[in-house]
Amino acid sequence: MAEFFQQVVSGLGSGAIYAALALALVLIHRATGVINFAQGEMAMFTTYVAWALITNHGWDYWPAFVGTLVIAFLLGVGIHTVVIRPVERASVLTVVIMTIGLVLTFNGLASLIWSAEVRAFPSPFPNDTWQIGDVAISQQDVGTFAIVLALVTLLWAFFQFTKTGLALRASAVNPDASRLVGVRVGWMLAIGWGLAAALGAVSGMLAAPTLFLDPNMMQATLIYAFAAAVLGGIDSPFGAVVGGLILGVGLNLIGNYIDFVGAGLKLPVALLVILVVLLVRPAGIFGTPVTRRV
Amino acid sequence: MKRGELIRIGLFVLACIAILLLPRFISDFRAQQFAYVGIYFIALLGLNLLTGFTGQISLGHGAFMLIGGYTTAILISNQTPPLELFGHQFTSDMRDIWTIPIAGLVAGVAGFLFGFPALRLTGLYLALATFAIAVAAPAVVRRFADFTGGGGGINLFDVSGRTKAEVVTDPVTFESRELGVDVLGITIPSFNEWLYYLCWTLALVLLGVAWFLLRGRFGRSLRAVRDSELAAASSGVDLARYKTLAFGISAFYAGVAGSLLAIATTFVNPDTFPITLSIFLLVGVVVGGLGSLWPLVFGAIFIHFMQIEWAQSAERIVPNFVPLLGGIDTDLPGAPAVAFGVILILIMLASPGGAAALLRRLGAAITDAYGRYRARRTEAAS
Repeated sequence: MAEFFQQVVSGLGSGAIYAALALALVLIHRATGVINFAQGEMAMFTTYVAWALITNHGWDYWPAFVGTLVIAFLLGVGIHTVVIRPVERASVLTVVIMTIGLVLTFNGLASLIWSAEVRAFPSPFPNDTWQIGDVAISQQDVGTFAIVLALVTLLWAFFQFTKTGLALRASAVNPDASRLVGVRVGWMLAIGWGLAAALGAVSGMLAAPTLFLDPNMMQATLIYAFAAAVLGGIDSPFGAVVGGLILGVGLNLIGNYIDFVGAGLKLPVALLVILVVLLVRPAGIFGTPVTRRV
Repeated sequence: MKRGELIRIGLFVLACIAILLLPRFISDFRAQQFAYVGIYFIALLGLNLLTGFTGQISLGHGAFMLIGGYTTAILISNQTPPLELFGHQFTSDMRDIWTIPIAGLVAGVAGFLFGFPALRLTGLYLALATFAIAVAAPAVVRRFADFTGGGGGINLFDVSGRTKAEVVTDPVTFESRELGVDVLGITIPSFNEWLYYLCWTLALVLLGVAWFLLRGRFGRSLRAVRDSELAAASSGVDLARYKTLAFGISAFYAGVAGSLLAIATTFVNPDTFPITLSIFLLVGVVVGGLGSLWPLVFGAIFIHFMQIEWAQSAERIVPNFVPLLGGIDTDLPGAPAVAFGVILILIMLASPGGAAALLRRLGAAITDAYGRYRARRTEAAS
C-alpha cells in the first residue's frame, strides 16, 4: 500500500506539469479557438532561456524563474501579433500549419543556439524525501505540485477579480460585443497568448530537472497535455487542471501495475485517452458540449 | 476529350520522357537523391488527396509510412532470431518489389479503419488525434520488439529478397564496379538508378491514378466535403463513405512511399519515421500547393534537398548575424528546422496556394502577354 501512495504522489507531481501545459492550451483555445501545437516547443525554448540565465549569466534560480516568465509572456504576445493575428480569419488548416511552422522554428532555434546536447537543469527543491509512516514522499513532487497550484490560483484570481481579467474573458466569449463596449480585443487575445506562453514556461522549467533539457524534451509532455486538456474539456481551465492530475496519477499507476503497458506504452495510452474521449464525450468531463446550428 | 485534357496528357508524356532520360545526365549519387524525391512525391500525393482535396487535416502521415515501411521490412527480413507473429517466423519470405503493393494495402486498410473514428473528429480535433498517432507510433514499434525488431530496427542490407547490383573488383586496378540490375531483360547500370526508376515509375502511375480519381464524380464529391460538409451532405454526398475512402487511399499512397523508403535505406527503425517526417510532409504539401497534384514535385524537391543540402548552405549565411544571441554551436544542427519553419510561415502569409498558385499566376501572365501580342499583331495587320 505504501508503494501505491508513493506512486500517487509522484503522479501528482508529473500531473501538475501536464496540468500547467494543458491549461496553457486551454487558455489559447478559449482566446483564439486554436490548438497551439507549438506550446510544447515554446515551453522548451523558454526553459532554455532560463537555463542560459542561470548557467551563462549567473542568475539565481528564482530571479531566473521570474525573468523567464516575463520573457515567455513577451514571446507569446509577439507570436500572436506577428504570426497568428494575420491569419485570424483564415481556415483551421491555415492556423494549424502556422503553429506547425512555429514547432519547427523553435525546435531548430533551440539546437541552433544552444546545441542539441542533453543538459542538466537545476531544481529549486532538495532531492530529499519526507517519511510519513511507510510512505516516502519526494519533496520535488510536492514542490512542483505546490508551484502549479499557487500559479493556477493566482491566474484564477486574475481572471475573476481584475478588470483586465474580465476583459480577457469577454473577448474570448464574444469578441464582437466586447469590441463594441470598448475592449481592445486584439490586445486581450495577445495577452492570452502571453499568459499561455508563461504557463508553458512554468511547465518546462518544472519538467526539466527530471526530463533533462534537450530540444525534444516537451514532445511527449505535449501529448500528455493534449490528453489532459481533452479529458477535462478543451474549453474548461478547471477541467485542464483536473485532467492533468488524473492523467498524471493514472498513467503512473497503469505504467507500474500493468506489465503489458510498462514504461514503453504510456504515450500510446495517452493517445487512446484522446481518441476515446473525443469519440465518446467530445466535450470532456467539464467542458460544455458544442451544438452546431444547421 | 477536351483540348485542355489533351494538352495535359501531352505534357505528362513529355514529363515521362524527361524522367526516363534524367539519369543519363546526372551522377549516380544524384539519381539516388531524385529517387528519394520520388518517394516523397508519392507520400505528398496521398496527403494532398486527404488534406488538400478532402479537407481532412492529417499531421500523422508518417505513421502510415511507418506501417508501409515495416510491412516491407518484416516480409523480406531475415533476422537472427527471426521476427515472429502468431507463431509465423519471417525468414526472407518475399522479394522486395512484391511487398510494395502489400505494404500499400496494409497501410490503406489501417487508414480506412482510422477513417471511422476520424468521422467524428473535425478540424482541430482531427489534427490533434493524427498528431498523437504520429508521436505514439514509434513507441508501439519499440514495445513489440519480437515482431518489429524494436529500437534496434531491421537490417535489410544482406537479405536475399533485396534487389542488389553485384559488385565486382577489377583484379588489376582493384577498382570496384557495379554489374547492374536486370529488369525484364534490360540491364540498369546501378542499384541507385534501379531505385530511381522504381520510385518514379510508381510515382507516375500513382500520379495518373490520382488524376483519374479526382477528375470525375469522386473528386467532385471529395471537394464538396472539403468546401462544406453541410452542403455536400444535403446534395447527397455520403460523408462517411467519402471520408473513410479518402483516408484509405491516402494511407495507401503513404504505405507505398514508406515501403520504398525501407527499400531505399535498406534499414528501418522507429527513428526512420519520426514525428518530424509527418510534419515535413505537411510542409511539402503546402509548398507544392494544397489541392494540387503535379506541382507537389516542388514540395518533394523542397523537403528532400532542404534536409540534406540547402540547410548546409544556410549555415554559411546564418552565423554572420546569429552571434547577437551568444553561444553559437558551429555545426548548427537546427538550421534545416528553422528554415522549414520560417519558410512555412512565410508561404502561408504571402502565397497560401504554394508553388501551384505561383505557377498558375505565371501561366496566366504568359497567356495574357501572348493574347496582347496577338491583338497588337491583328491590329497592325488591319
